[in-house]
Amino acid sequence: MIRAQNLSKRFGDKRVLEGLDLEVARGGFVIVTGPNGSGKTTLLRLCAGLAAPTDGELDVYVPRGRIGFLGHESLLYGELTALENLELYGRLYRLPERRERSGAMLERFGLWRVRNERAGTFSRGMLQRLALCRTFLHDPDLLLLDEPFDGLDAEGAELLHAELTERSATALVATHDPEALEPRATARLALA
Amino acid sequence: MSDYAADVAALARKDLLLELRSRDTLPAMLLFVVSALTVFHFALPAGSSARAETGLLWIAIVFTALLGLTRAFAAEREHGALDGLVLAPSDRSAIWLGKTIGVTAFLVLAELVALPAFALFFHSLSWELVAAVALADVGIAAIGTVLAAMAAASRARELLLPLMFLPLVIPVVIGGVGASVAVNPGSFLAFLALYDAVFVILCWASFEYVVTE
Repeated sequence: MIRAQNLSKRFGDKRVLEGLDLEVARGGFVIVTGPNGSGKTTLLRLCAGLAAPTDGELDVYVPRGRIGFLGHESLLYGELTALENLELYGRLYRLPERRERSGAMLERFGLWRVRNERAGTFSRGMLQRLALCRTFLHDPDLLLLDEPFDGLDAEGAELLHAELTERSATALVATHDPEALEPRATARLALA
Repeated sequence: MSDYAADVAALARKDLLLELRSRDTLPAMLLFVVSALTVFHFALPAGSSARAETGLLWIAIVFTALLGLTRAFAAEREHGALDGLVLAPSDRSAIWLGKTIGVTAFLVLAELVALPAFALFFHSLSWELVAAVALADVGIAAIGTVLAAMAAASRARELLLPLMFLPLVIPVVIGGVGASVAVNPGSFLAFLALYDAVFVILCWASFEYVVTE
């Protein structure tokens, strides 16, 4: 599903990724680890098509609309309510019954009671839950998750675990806490 | 409604809703355009030509538009929402078109106050002036939105946007002033329409490359 050969990314003179080879089969669950600045986020952004490689080849055999991307930022609008944010993304992802689907996601991640509150008023953890709702809303075939447990409390982390366990989507997950995802992992990529 | 039109409508509606709630951009544009016209009213010597007065109106309109454009992608920058829109399967030009509709709406609302203020301070409005302003709005919003998206990715966005925008809207000022004071305004209005057509097509086609690295 993902094939990278000699993949490199530089920002000016700074090398972030250098000569990376990677192959992720359909259904694979790869944990990406490495210290700060090792290129975890850059790798996920490259796979999502949000950045272009400087050198090498990268093929992601998934249409753009079938990717679920969770970055450092929530990709949400602070002045829209939780429900409005998901309905907007539901519209752009052409989801049928997007209102019901958005409601179901909010319920699943424990945000139903704040569905009509603006995302800008949410705490870090609630915003992360809403960002996860957005990521999973369209049942993506490829998950690109950057520190998905960031800001989540124990209940939120448990909900995310359950979500990841139930889903069979191919996943690339960058994390500083690989043990938490070890049972689900099929491979581990350590960036230096 | 086609999927494309529905995407554009959803994105434009989102921008109007965000402005309705935050009231960040439109009040600033209104205050700026009225203040600028007031300053021009007192700065311009009595008995100045219609060309000079109309020229000042166009300066006020261009800088009011610039003020709105600096905020055009503020909501997208706040939580990285532009990445979310770019990742969606909808055509990326829909992002530009939805945003252009929003920018045009704010500009028209500012002009609904600016034009009567101009008539009050300077001279009465002609249909040629109103037609020229309407045509100019399309071109200003179209090109301004693309440039605002480019500038949004830069740290020096407040500096970059005016540097890119102002040279490109010089033809709008020439066409607008010409249509407002010339004996034969038709050719200037046609020039503005041509400017709109060229830049709308260019911006629509190029936006995909502007929002991807």
